[in-house]
Formats: sequence, structure tokens, C-alpha cells
Amino acid sequence: MSAATAAPALATSALHALTDPFAQTLMQRALLEVLLLAAVGGTLGCWIVLGGLSYGAESLAHGMFPGLVLAALAGVPLLLGGAAGILVAALAVGVATRSGRSGLGRPGRIGRDDATAVVVTTLFGLGALLALSPAAPLGVQTLLFGDVLGTTPGDLLAGAALVAAVLVALWLAHPRLLAAGFDRPAARGLGISPALVDALLLTLLALAVLVAVQGLGNLLAVAVLVAPAAAARLLTRRLAPMMALAVLLGALAGLGGLYLSYYASVAAGAAIALLLVGVYLVARVVAASGIRKGPAVPAG
Amino acid sequence: MTALVEASELAVGYGGPPVLTDVTFSVDPGERVAVLGPNGGGKTTLFRALLGELRPTAGTLAVQGRAASVPQTERSRLDFPVSALDVALMGTIPARAWWRRPRRADRAAARAALARVGLEDRAERGYGELSGGQRQRVLIARALVQDTRVLLLDEPFTGLDAPSAERLEALLAELAGEGRAILIATHDLEQARRWDRVLCLNGRQLAFGDPAAVLTPEVLGATYGAAIVTLPGEDAAGPHHAILPPHHHHHDHAPPR
Repeated sequence: MSAATAAPALATSALHALTDPFAQTLMQRALLEVLLLAAVGGTLGCWIVLGGLSYGAESLAHGMFPGLVLAALAGVPLLLGGAAGILVAALAVGVATRSGRSGLGRPGRIGRDDATAVVVTTLFGLGALLALSPAAPLGVQTLLFGDVLGTTPGDLLAGAALVAAVLVALWLAHPRLLAAGFDRPAARGLGISPALVDALLLTLLALAVLVAVQGLGNLLAVAVLVAPAAAARLLTRRLAPMMALAVLLGALAGLGGLYLSYYASVAAGAAIALLLVGVYLVARVVAASGIRKGPAVPAG
Repeated sequence: MTALVEASELAVGYGGPPVLTDVTFSVDPGERVAVLGPNGGGKTTLFRALLGELRPTAGTLAVQGRAASVPQTERSRLDFPVSALDVALMGTIPARAWWRRPRRADRAAARAALARVGLEDRAERGYGELSGGQRQRVLIARALVQDTRVLLLDEPFTGLDAPSAERLEALLAELAGEGRAILIATHDLEQARRWDRVLCLNGRQLAFGDPAAVLTPEVLGATYGAAIVTLPGEDAAGPHHAILPPHHHHHDHAPPR
């Protein structure tokens, strides 16, 4: 082969290497699922990161585990079991954090986290107990780590509907979410109920976790909801660019994870989660090196 | 002239016994009122009642239109990714149905309000990048966007350097001159002396009226207790007083985050 033809040949084979994996229907569906996750993770993730809700996201994802296992045992759609599981988890966490302290005093941050940890660990243990029973038809690892390559058209449809609902709600609520996040006490003076804003964010978070668990599983779901937004936070100074960058980073990590899974034969969900965390670490290095300016430093 | 704010035998609380009682005063258009009192004395409670967040447990409170508040700048998050324009635009929220996004007219109103406080060239700057005085003026712009005639400012001069404080003082005079009623929570007695009315609160209303009549050692002593001292030197207005220590415990505010 002459030097003149080598370069185009290389380009062609590189192109093939990039497109080959997605010749399969299975990979196409996985790609769509990953893009859905990037869209919901990147946008809602920004509010989660700015509002300090990362721990809540993780708690919801883990606390819904028994619901997923029961759905698998009963043969009903995982989405349904997940939804019920999230409801139970949210109620249990709510009751535990309320009973932690009585009266008008607001529960302290530590006490609330402790109560949440206890409830979530209990629920997760319960789920594991059920999942490891002889009657369990489904591998536990599918529930724990997801099965993005096993995405069915039905999964995609349900996921797309949930993601669309979350995105529309975020779009409509944007001004109020911004005002409440910026200055919570003053938001009331603008006719905004901070409690309502909290409830909305938690509801949207529950929906997003449902979608994410379907693709990435119980343990990895939170990665797509936190890592891209946390990375984008370090590299941007306004919310719109932050969201756009977070969606882009999430999509790139998802795409990269699918390639890794195809060529290196590793678990797709785990590869995506690791790349998501990798993206965050790279963002930290970039932000620290001063190539891109991070969040504004308060002036005196 | 109709009063913009009128309180009569007002009592306000948070469900338990009222934390502020016996409040009777009125504010006319164009008046600046210094609201004095120790932290926890009821200044924030009165403001929350004026904003309609707390209902009177006794008496009456009438506000023409609705009041807009300018909170302390240190309570807002400086790390939040918003521009000065984003913050001013928040003032358009009350007038808009929940499903509507900000429109061109809303943005124009926010820009006009920023221009009004002399920050038109800082509209795209990050809120956290601005100086303390500029941040205070952005919050005033947010209140002005709400098209209200009653402004409430919570210790707006805290932490400002002298030029910023002078600039803010001039802006407040202008806004009052346009026919607004402006209530300003403050600890600065010299400032209070320059304004139109003084309202002293410590669990209840201790005095209301012209600065010269209200700012007496007796009233200040009752308002601030032992924290009041008489400074050496005396002028036509009488002896100088100051409040010691300049306390900022904020126990009547939400905890900073």
C-alpha cells in the first residue's frame, strides 16, 4: 500500500471502528438509552449538584432496591416495582427523619443523614435478602448494575416518556428553581414556596432515578445524575452552559462506555459509570490548572 | 395623602405567643423609615408580616399593593451560577403565571431596573463577582422590577465601604423622592437621624416618629438595653449615641448555608 492511499484507508477503518458497533439493533437501543440518561442526568443533575441533593439521589436509588427485586420475583415490569420501591423508600426516610426529632425544631443535618442511612441500608439489605432467595429468577447483578445492552423498545418508550416529563417540568419551573436555589428565604417574598420547590425536585429526582436504574442499575444510577453536572459545575459560570456541558459530557461518557463494552468486552453499565467519574476527575484537573475558569470567586 | 403602609395595634408571631406586639405606625409616600432594634427584636418579623408571609394575630396591617424586600446580600449564594440580569429577572416572577417563561418585556424590565441602580454595564456579570455594594444594588433592582411602592431593606449598609454606602444612600433618597415608602432595618443611629421617621422595636413598638423626637437616650436605652453607649462630644442634635457591640448574630434569620 502506498503512502498516498494509506491515510484514507486508515480513516476508513477508523470510521468503521466507530460505526461497526452500532450496526446491531441491540447497540442502537443501548445508544438511545444512554442519550436519554445523558439528557435527564445533565439537566436535573445541575439542580441536584447545586441543591446539595446528591446524597438524596443515592438514597432513593438504593432504597428502591426491594421494589425492583419484588417486581422481578412477581414478573411485573421493573419500572413499576421501582416506582413502588421509591415511594416506600421516600416515605420510610420521611418518617425516620421526622421521628428523629420531635417538635417544631428542624432536624439537624447530621441527624437526618443518619436516619436516612439506617433506612436505606435496611431497605437495601431487605432487597438483597429477597434477591438471593432460591425463588429469584433474575440475576441480582442485572438489578444492581443494570443492563443497558438489554434495553427493550418498551424500556426506551417508557424511559423517553419519563425523561420528556422531567425536561418539560424543569423548563417550566426553571425561574422558580433558580430563585429558590439562589436565596431560599427571599424566595417566599417572590411568591415562591421553597417547600413546593423541594417537593418538585424530589419528585423529578425519583422519576430520573427510575429511568437511570433501568439502564445503569441500582448502584450505578446515581453516577449519571451527579458526575456530569459536578464536572460541568467546575468548568462553567452560568446555568445554561452548565446544563449543556453536563448533557454533552454524559453523552460522551455513555458513548465511550458502549465502545469499551464492545471492544474490550467489559460490562457496559460499569464502563459508563467509570467514564462518568473519569470525566469528573478530568474536569477537576482542568479547573485546577486554570485552563478554564471555574465558579466565580466571591469578590470582597 | 394616603399612607402606603398602615399598622394598627399589630401583633405578629409564628404560631406561639406573638413575638412582636403593639405596633402602630404609618408610612406616607416619599418617606424613609429607619427600623431600629436589637437582633431578635422583631425587625425581620415585621418585614415578613409586611410581605404577607405572616398574618397578624391581632390588629390590622395594610400595605398598598405589595411590598418588595431587599434581603441581606450575604444570605444569597455567591457560588450560584447566575448573572446580575438573572437575579434582577427573578423580580418578574410574581407577576407571571407559573407556566410562563420570562418574555422579552420581562428582560427589558430587568435591564431597565439594573440601569436604574447604575449597573447596566454589569448585567452579564456573575452575581458573585460583583462587589458588596453592587450586589446590594442588584437586589434593589430585583425589588424595583416588582413595580412596588413599598420597599423593605434588611441592613443594606452592612459591610459596605464608604463610597458604596454613599451611593446607596443617594439611591434610596431618589427612590423615596419618586413616591415610594422605604423601610430600612439598620443599626446606624447617625443614618437614622438623616431619614424621615424612626421606628424602634424590641418585642413591641417602643417609639415611632421624627428622628429628633425618637432618638433620645431613654428610647434607645429601652430599645437596646445595655448595648447603648453615649459617645464623647455633643452637637446641636444633642449627645452622640452608638450601639455596642455591632452585633450580627442573625438569630432571627435562617441559618446561612
